[in-house]
Amino acid sequence: MTDLVAGRNMRTVKVQINPELCQGHGRCYDLAPGLFRDDDEGYGQVRSDGTVPLEAERDARLAALNCPERAVELLEEG
Amino acid sequence: MAAAADDRFNLQALQAGEEELVGTRSEIITGPVADWATDFSHLEPEWSADPYPIQDDLRQRCPIAHTERFGGAWLPTRYEDVAAIAYDTDRFSSRSIILSNFRPPRELAPIGGSPPISSDPPFHHDARKLLLPAFTKKTVERQEAATRAFCHSLIDSFEGREVVDAAHDYAQHIPVRVIADMLGFPPEDGPQFRAFVEDLLEGINLPPDERIERVSRLFDYLLTQVHDHLDRPRDDLTTYLINAELYGRKLDPSVVTGAMALLLIAGIDTSWSAIGASLWHLAKTPADRERLVAEPGLLPTAMEEFLRAYAPVTMARLVKQDMRWHGVDMKAEDWILLSFPAANRDPAQFDQAADVVIDREVNRHAAFGLGIHRCVGSHLARMELRLALEVWLDRIPAFTLDDPGGVTWSAGQIRGPRTLPLRIG
Repeated sequence: MTDLVAGRNMRTVKVQINPELCQGHGRCYDLAPGLFRDDDEGYGQVRSDGTVPLEAERDARLAALNCPERAVELLEEG
Repeated sequence: MAAAADDRFNLQALQAGEEELVGTRSEIITGPVADWATDFSHLEPEWSADPYPIQDDLRQRCPIAHTERFGGAWLPTRYEDVAAIAYDTDRFSSRSIILSNFRPPRELAPIGGSPPISSDPPFHHDARKLLLPAFTKKTVERQEAATRAFCHSLIDSFEGREVVDAAHDYAQHIPVRVIADMLGFPPEDGPQFRAFVEDLLEGINLPPDERIERVSRLFDYLLTQVHDHLDRPRDDLTTYLINAELYGRKLDPSVVTGAMALLLIAGIDTSWSAIGASLWHLAKTPADRERLVAEPGLLPTAMEEFLRAYAPVTMARLVKQDMRWHGVDMKAEDWILLSFPAANRDPAQFDQAADVVIDREVNRHAAFGLGIHRCVGSHLARMELRLALEVWLDRIPAFTLDDPGGVTWSAGQIRGPRTLPLRIG
């Protein structure tokens, strides 16, 4: 999994959840509780503005790769 | 509102509400399968014993298999086809999600007999919304301490025994206890729940009259519980459903009891199967067992792999209209056996699909379904499975299959061990 965090220099990584796709499986808030939380019905929510700190990038990718609905998206900028 | 004013559940009111709807019955066909591509049956012993080689074979040579049994049914085995059907609620109805020889009347849609699992849009969303808050990760965490203590008490009861039946003496008791607590049913009624589950999920090929008789036993029981809760309201799901409102009024009695039936039935067999299958795997795979004992932190990851490889739940759908679909000619009212277990072993979706890899980090499995019908109890199921395995591995780190030939599996759409003799001494 080292390739998942390699090569980050000046980039910013953000996460977002597509609410049209999310069905509340909760894999994102299970795997990356620092980045995601659930709402009162169990649907995933992004904490704060979705910016992923460097040390949480691996968790963010795991959350995206494990979402059964492919609702978690990673946006790389810069 | 005073309980006495709630007369929705009086016998007279219930009878008046019963509509004259008739479904369709098909001929009951049993016996050995001639060719799995053209005559499949998930109720035959070969499937219960080991469905994976059958599914793997079909995926290669006939990815959407057919059978004339049950009045006509299709079995897709590729992940992409299973997902497409799960997402396509326009063409595939959830009006009945247990494949049998009886198709409930079309007028039953979009509510179905056990909402929201049996519901289609738009009713589905509203009925599901009622249940979601009761099953979030945070809500089910409140059951954790009691569940853990209960798992310990089951293992305490093994004192002095060298062989235990992990399916019968351990796995099955855990979800029964949890769901009885949540619905507010007497814990001593547990053995009855297990009979209800067998009646509904395994009695598929029984004569219609006997099947109706068995289903009405369940609903009689649920009505008794409703009346008990009307007399003595308390903080549980039954009272919650009795008081819940949809579209500005209280729920129809059939929706209340249908939802209760769903929670009772769907909450038991499924978790029981997942816990049992995981223990079965660990009993026959010492390397995985030893690694999990040494690295308890790996359990959440390993658990997802058990859910992928031994997904207990297969659903059903009904085709809404005649159509050509992914290369086959489907007819209105054909069943779809929607096998999430088969999808979970599709090599096009998973590396080493046939192997159990307990540290598989990327695991986009469909054990809890896909789309709008994602298992509403998935957070509860994961909590039960995690605690059941955690407590077992902590208390009984060394165990093996006592009699591999003596392991039996349930028949039908929920698959898991029903006899699992383990040597623990």
